[in-house]
Amino acid sequence: MNFSEPDPMVPQPYKVRQIWQETHDTFSLDLEPKGPSLHSEFAPGQFNMLYAFGVGEVPISISACSKNGDGWIHTIRDVGTVTHALHQLREGDTIGLRGPFGSAWPIDESKGSDVVIMAGGIGLAPLRPALYALMESRKNFGDIALLYGARKPEDLLYTDEFESWRGKYGVQVRVTVDNADRTWSGNVGVVTTMIPRVNFDPLQTVAMICGPEIMMRYAVLELRQNGVSEENIYVTMERNMKCAVGFCGHCQFGPAFICKDGPVFRYDRVKPLFSLREV
Amino acid sequence: MKSLQSIIETHPFFKGLDEPYLELVTGCASNVRFNAGEFIYRQDEEADTFYIIRQGKVSLEICQPGHEPMVLQTVSEGEILGWAWIVPPYHWKFDAQAVELTRTIAFDGKCLRNKCQEDHGLGYELLSRLLPVVGKTMDASRLQLMNVYGIKSSEGV
Repeated sequence: MNFSEPDPMVPQPYKVRQIWQETHDTFSLDLEPKGPSLHSEFAPGQFNMLYAFGVGEVPISISACSKNGDGWIHTIRDVGTVTHALHQLREGDTIGLRGPFGSAWPIDESKGSDVVIMAGGIGLAPLRPALYALMESRKNFGDIALLYGARKPEDLLYTDEFESWRGKYGVQVRVTVDNADRTWSGNVGVVTTMIPRVNFDPLQTVAMICGPEIMMRYAVLELRQNGVSEENIYVTMERNMKCAVGFCGHCQFGPAFICKDGPVFRYDRVKPLFSLREV
Repeated sequence: MKSLQSIIETHPFFKGLDEPYLELVTGCASNVRFNAGEFIYRQDEEADTFYIIRQGKVSLEICQPGHEPMVLQTVSEGEILGWAWIVPPYHWKFDAQAVELTRTIAFDGKCLRNKCQEDHGLGYELLSRLLPVVGKTMDASRLQLMNVYGIKSSEGV
C-alpha cells in the first residue's frame, strides 16, 4: 500500500473560505484544504465528492480554481437533501472532500481547432474551467463560441463574466432562455437554435456539450447537421455516482462507469447508449 | 447601393434560388424597417406579409388577458418571420415586436401566394425552404415544453 497517496475513499477536511449566491437556487462554494495542501491541480471537467457531515455525499463538478490557487470553487444547485445541507454552510465551516475524479474536456486535443461550447442550465459550471483554459492560451485556438441556454433569465450563471469573455478574449457568447417576459431583451428559444448564429469551421471544430441529456441529444443532431463530425463532439454524462472510483457500480453506463471512465465522453464512443431508454 | 434582389439572394432563406424565381419573389418585395418596441403584427390580424430579417431581433409573444405578455421565441438576422401568410386562413397567431432596430425585406403575402399558384415550381421551392424552418420550430417548442432544465424533486440529492 502506498501511504504517500491519500486513500480516494477517505474524505479530506476542507474549510469553506467563501459561499455566495449565483442565482435564486444556485450557489458557489470556495473550499480550501485544512492543513497542508495535498494538491489543487485538476483537469477541466473533473468533479469532487463533497461530504456534508451526517447528511451525505454528492458529486459536484469543479467550476474554477480558487483565486489564490490552493482550493476549488464548486457551483451547486440546491435541489435535494445533501445540496441543501451544503447551502446551509457558512464561512469557516468544514466539509469532507474526495477528488478530483473523472475524465476531462479535450483541451490539448482542441489546439488548432475552432471550439464550440454548448451549455444548458447548470451545465455551464463544469464547462467554465474549459473556457478558462481555452482563454488562457487563446492564440492556440481558432474561433471560440459559447452557446448557453437556461430556463429563465434569472437562472443564468456567471452573467458578470460574459462581457470579459466577449471583449477580452473574443469569445462569441450567445445566450438564450426558454421563456421570458418583455423585460428580457436577449434571445428566447432553445440553445440548439443558436448553432447557426456563430462562426466556426465545422471540419475543424471540437464541440463540448454539458446539459440535460435530452438537450445534448438535440445539440449533437444539430452539430452533425452543421457538419461537425461525431469524433469531435464531447458530452458529459450524469448518473448516480457514489464511490467515484468504479467500485460500487451505481453509475454504470453500459460497459463504462461514469465516475472513472467519464463524466466526459467522446460522443461516438457512447452513441449506441446515448438514446437507449434502458440505460 | 445594393439592389433588392442582391440582398434577397444573399439571405440564407433564399440562398441558391434560381434567377427566374429570384426575380419573381423580388417583384413582391420591399425594404421595411422597424424601430425598437414597434409591433410588426398583432395576433388575429390578417397575415399578409412574409419577412426575412436582415438585421435586428424580433420577439414573438403571446398575451393572456390579465397577464404580462410572454416571449415564446426570438428571431434575428438571417432568419425568417412568419409563415401564416401561406397557411389558410392567413391570420397571425402571435404578436411580433421588434426588440431592437430591425431591418427586413417584406414580401406581399398575396403576391407571393399568387405567384406560387401560377408557378408550382416556385411554390415547391418556397415550401421546401419553409418546411425545415417550421419543423425546427416545432422541435424547439417541444423541447421548451419539456422544461429540460427543471429538476424533479425525486432527482435531487
